[in-house]
Amino acid sequence: MNTLKRLGIGLAGLMLTTTLGLAAEATKPTDPEIAHIAYTADNIDIQAAEHAVKVSKNKAVQDFARDMIRDHEAVNKQALALLAKLKVEPKDNATSQALVNQADATQAHLATLKGAAFDKAYVDNEVAYHHAVNTALETTLIPAAQNAELKDLLTTGLQIFKGHEDHARMVAGELK
Amino acid sequence: MTAGRGRRRACVLAALAGVVLLPAMAAAETITVQVTKFSFVPASVTAKVGDTIEWVNADFVDHTATAANKGFDVKLPANKSGSVTVKKAGTFPYFCRFHPMMKGTITVKK
Repeated sequence: MNTLKRLGIGLAGLMLTTTLGLAAEATKPTDPEIAHIAYTADNIDIQAAEHAVKVSKNKAVQDFARDMIRDHEAVNKQALALLAKLKVEPKDNATSQALVNQADATQAHLATLKGAAFDKAYVDNEVAYHHAVNTALETTLIPAAQNAELKDLLTTGLQIFKGHEDHARMVAGELK
Repeated sequence: MTAGRGRRRACVLAALAGVVLLPAMAAAETITVQVTKFSFVPASVTAKVGDTIEWVNADFVDHTATAANKGFDVKLPANKSGSVTVKKAGTFPYFCRFHPMMKGTITVKK
């Protein structure tokens, strides 16, 4: 059962990677689309973390979730300031929609869980989610970004989120 | 006139005090660690008892410098600094509570 569950979560992560990859491959995203994708990805993680802070009773998980809120809000603030400066209006697109749909499905699943089962599912998803977003940043979004400042911010974001991925793996290891 | 003399005397006293105090003050140093791109730079510093370690956070996210033994926990808000004065000799590993992958070490000599 446990292996099945783990496989399910692994598959969800894999699907997200694939979805992101496919949507991005079809057409190279423009800067307004990249901005929208980055902002959407950030907000998804903030919402998941806000839910975790409310639901989890585990201090390591709660602390991790608070770290996610703090960092992703800082990145969003930086992104909004840059968009205002560049006068770029974020543009909705297929990749953003895929991210939102995937997040809705994940949240619906997490909402059914409590206690240790919730903690594990949340943290495992954080590993998979950050991994998928980092892969998308590295292989698609950063290379496609035209504006140098946007490229810089995405590169910094990638560094932050790689730290989150490692942190999530560490918390996942503690939960076992 | 009296006030003038009083001020002069105060100046002389201050100068004398300076002479006495300066060597002691010069002995304690401030060692700066840059906190940039999610790293403590340099990651290892050596200090003497009485020195101050100052962390300058250049990132736009908050960090902390937290001793593994909980001896200090310095908050480093985005683009701000924080410091701690080291009082004991020894090796003190520290990390960022928000980003546990960020690690550093202070070696304090007598």
